[in-house]
Amino acid sequence: MEATQEITIQELQLQIDALKKKVNKLEKSRKDQLSIAVVSGDMDKVLAAMVISLAAAAMDTQVKLFFSFWSLSALRDPNKSPKGKDFISKMFGIMLPKGKDKLSLSNMNMGGMGPLMIKMLMKKQHVMSLGEMFKQAGELGIEITICEMSMGLMGFKSEEMIDYPHLRYAGAATFVADAGESAIQLFI
Amino acid sequence: MATDLKSLKSDLVVDARGTACPGPLLAAKKAIGELESGEIMEILSADEGTKNDIPRWCDKVGHEYLGFYDEDSFSRLFLIKE
Repeated sequence: MEATQEITIQELQLQIDALKKKVNKLEKSRKDQLSIAVVSGDMDKVLAAMVISLAAAAMDTQVKLFFSFWSLSALRDPNKSPKGKDFISKMFGIMLPKGKDKLSLSNMNMGGMGPLMIKMLMKKQHVMSLGEMFKQAGELGIEITICEMSMGLMGFKSEEMIDYPHLRYAGAATFVADAGESAIQLFI
Repeated sequence: MATDLKSLKSDLVVDARGTACPGPLLAAKKAIGELESGEIMEILSADEGTKNDIPRWCDKVGHEYLGFYDEDSFSRLFLIKE
């Protein structure tokens, strides 16, 4: 009788250990974290990414943003002008919006009238500006990763990007790794 | 419930009437650190969505949401810090 009971407890212990391992693995694989691949450079879409990120950060969710392709325009600092660009990079630099205040709308852009109207409405409705949102994001510890490959493609230099407290440069694998451990993943 | 809330004494009032979503949530999150556990926070918001957002936030973070009542042009929301 005693012998069988001992075995049962041992078995139980083994099962508990196995469960503990599983729980640990699950906890690691799905953290309370939001990963967004921000690819679009439209004002409305960058705005959506930032609003969702701020709400998540306010709810104590870790936020990691991966900016690539057109969205890089939103991270350019209009007051910085890097030197030593080749002809094509210079052309890209001129053609693409210089900073978050110069982005166009994906709909109703109307040659720049749309964004002006939206900005006016945002002010009237007390919605934070994109600039204010980036400031808040920095304070809340939202991480921004800039896609290194896109930087090269667009001919952007790190010297012309905004000053942001949690900024880093990395590749697609970083996004995949971040997204893999995030409970929420979005593509905007 | 509404009368209960009206007689409630808040330990901290966060006036977020000047901001739209997600402003009130951010204001609440920033101010919550000033409170001790068990103290009451009152949030003033003119943003309708806040009435849904603040309970969800409380739910997730662990604060106890008490409810809200409407004034003329804004709402008062109440919660107890975890």
